[in-house]
Amino acid sequence: MNTNKTHSELAEQFNRDTKRVDWHDETLWFVRVKRDRAANQIPEWEQLREAASQIKNNVLSNLHDYLLEFERQALLNGIHVHWATDAKEHNEIVHSIIQQHGINHIVKSKSMLTEECGLNEYLHDQGIEVIDTDLGERIVQLANEPPSHIVLPCIHWKKEEISELFHQHLGTPKGNADPKFLTDAARAHLREHFLTSRLAITGVNFAIAETGEFVVCTNEGNADLGVQLADVHIACMGIEKIIPQRKHLGVFLRLLARSATGQPITTYSSHFKKPRAGQEMHIVLVDNGRSKRLASDDFRNALKCIRCGACFNTCPVYRRSGGHSYHTAVAGPIGSILAPGFDMEKNADLPFASTLCGSCSHVCPVKIDIHQQLFNWRQVLVKNGHVNTTKKIGIGAASFILSRPWLYKISGSLVRLFMRAVPSLINNRLNPWYTHREMPKAAPKSFNSWYQTNRKNG
Amino acid sequence: MKVGLFIPCYIDQLYPQVAIATLELLEKQGLKVSYPLNQTCCGQPMANSGFEHLTHDCNKNFIQNFDGLDYIVCPSGSCTLHVKEHLHDKSDETKAEKIRNRVFELVEFLTDVVGVKNLDASFPHKVGLHQSCHGLRGLHLAQMSELVAAPYSKPEQLLKMVKGLELISLDRKDECCGFGGIFSVFEEAVSAKMGQDRIADHIKHEAEYMTGVDMSCLMHMEGILKRQKSDLKVIHIAEILNSNLT
Repeated sequence: MNTNKTHSELAEQFNRDTKRVDWHDETLWFVRVKRDRAANQIPEWEQLREAASQIKNNVLSNLHDYLLEFERQALLNGIHVHWATDAKEHNEIVHSIIQQHGINHIVKSKSMLTEECGLNEYLHDQGIEVIDTDLGERIVQLANEPPSHIVLPCIHWKKEEISELFHQHLGTPKGNADPKFLTDAARAHLREHFLTSRLAITGVNFAIAETGEFVVCTNEGNADLGVQLADVHIACMGIEKIIPQRKHLGVFLRLLARSATGQPITTYSSHFKKPRAGQEMHIVLVDNGRSKRLASDDFRNALKCIRCGACFNTCPVYRRSGGHSYHTAVAGPIGSILAPGFDMEKNADLPFASTLCGSCSHVCPVKIDIHQQLFNWRQVLVKNGHVNTTKKIGIGAASFILSRPWLYKISGSLVRLFMRAVPSLINNRLNPWYTHREMPKAAPKSFNSWYQTNRKNG
Repeated sequence: MKVGLFIPCYIDQLYPQVAIATLELLEKQGLKVSYPLNQTCCGQPMANSGFEHLTHDCNKNFIQNFDGLDYIVCPSGSCTLHVKEHLHDKSDETKAEKIRNRVFELVEFLTDVVGVKNLDASFPHKVGLHQSCHGLRGLHLAQMSELVAAPYSKPEQLLKMVKGLELISLDRKDECCGFGGIFSVFEEAVSAKMGQDRIADHIKHEAEYMTGVDMSCLMHMEGILKRQKSDLKVIHIAEILNSNLT
């Protein structure tokens, strides 16, 4: 997303419309509550989370072997396997396959990896039209903006606004905001693209090392429709999507949809093992910084992510700041620990866009210690100089004072004195606290001096 | 049993009545409590801002003040958790480790160590319990709503011993208030909105008081309440447990 604004500036803009913030918060809280209900129907939920976490730990510790096993099996199945070091290489590989077939119009079902790699823009620049076929993705694509949520890409759009968007782009009658009507209109529009596209791109939810197959989960069946009607299927996946064996799928499929939307399972869990007769199937395995992260004790854990979005829905900050305030492909708490790994300078604000409340780590179906990693990123960012001067000076001074009991006592008395005598020194527009809050009332005496009077010699 | 009182810096300076209530409450349990006079801060403001590397001297001072005590009790879940997770001293890690294992938040100290069965307290008001995040998800003072696990609540266990107190239920029983230390200033807009929403939940359920184990969360919401000129008041849980209102 092209913006130089920080999360707090973008969040401030978002918060100017309180009603919209309330609506956004309540919509996503509703999903969190649905998730709770679904999880509570599984008595062994916490054991499932633990199992998923351990399987992913095993994968990360043996990723090299699993990837090679997956490649071997996939090749045996007749799938073309490609390796991409970074986003650029990924985009070039995809482009070259498209070019080989002389195609200039393709359909794509939801893939956060291709968002991460900026595939749509890249292909657009090469003169190739990409149609996102997930309804939410198509909506944001028509609006020329990135998704605001990894599972619910257009959750920030109201149906009336979608009606207007469809009126402009799809020619639906103005003012008809009936969800069923709009969905039907989108369906008719997308059908045309499905029927005429010879190449389909999908993401990958799970790739199974043992069998060389992969699974794509969608609620709309758009991945299947795209792939089944196309001559060429390209599946793009980050290298961390591997699971060892087919039997492990049960653990993840049970967790994924319940965590994401509160459904017992996604409507379509499509297994792809080999190309059908006459079809060509490609898989692009992308690193793009993942092996570097794998080497980091503090941050490797983030590679366990199965992109369910539960941390978004539970995050009280995300719900009240909107996905675009994170100015990165993957927003929310998980995005805030992934993004600095790609570009520390550009995303230095994100690990601070959290109260460290810890809710994210505890809804996470694979037990990523998200809030701990937010804390750790803060340390790394400051050590690398990505911190503003005001904060640096302020914290330096605080540390100096708080390490010296005598100075702490004097400073405390002085601050309290000023707060009582000249409140306007603090209660003014330069103090962000004061924008929506009164300052606390300074006590005439500290507890320390009360104690010395009332207990010490008593 | 040597019990040391650890009073967070902002309580020392801005809310001495909370520290006094904590001390009196502990003394009522027959405990001899000392307050090391040269304590300052746990270092959390620096660490959460990304400056944990500047907390060394602060940590050393903390250790000097609290070394040799059997228990260290603090009326703040957040500061307690910070000490438990981050108090280190390269030159004397054994002492640091001892303190990390002996520091307790006030409520858990009363329920788990002292084993309080009843309290001579009364507070005839409708009270909403704000579950501060670090106490909840860090110290496990109550069951968090994210997990599929049996419910319990140590603060509620104590509040139920207070005569006349009516504990109200909330729509969102453990959502963050948005204080978050430096977050409250650097992400002012979202911070304030989160606080306003917690307050609205309490008002909707007709609370007269919001209480909790962390005065910092309550300070943030007190600021909003005063701006709104609301009748709803904040009060630290120690003040309720130590009160004798009729």
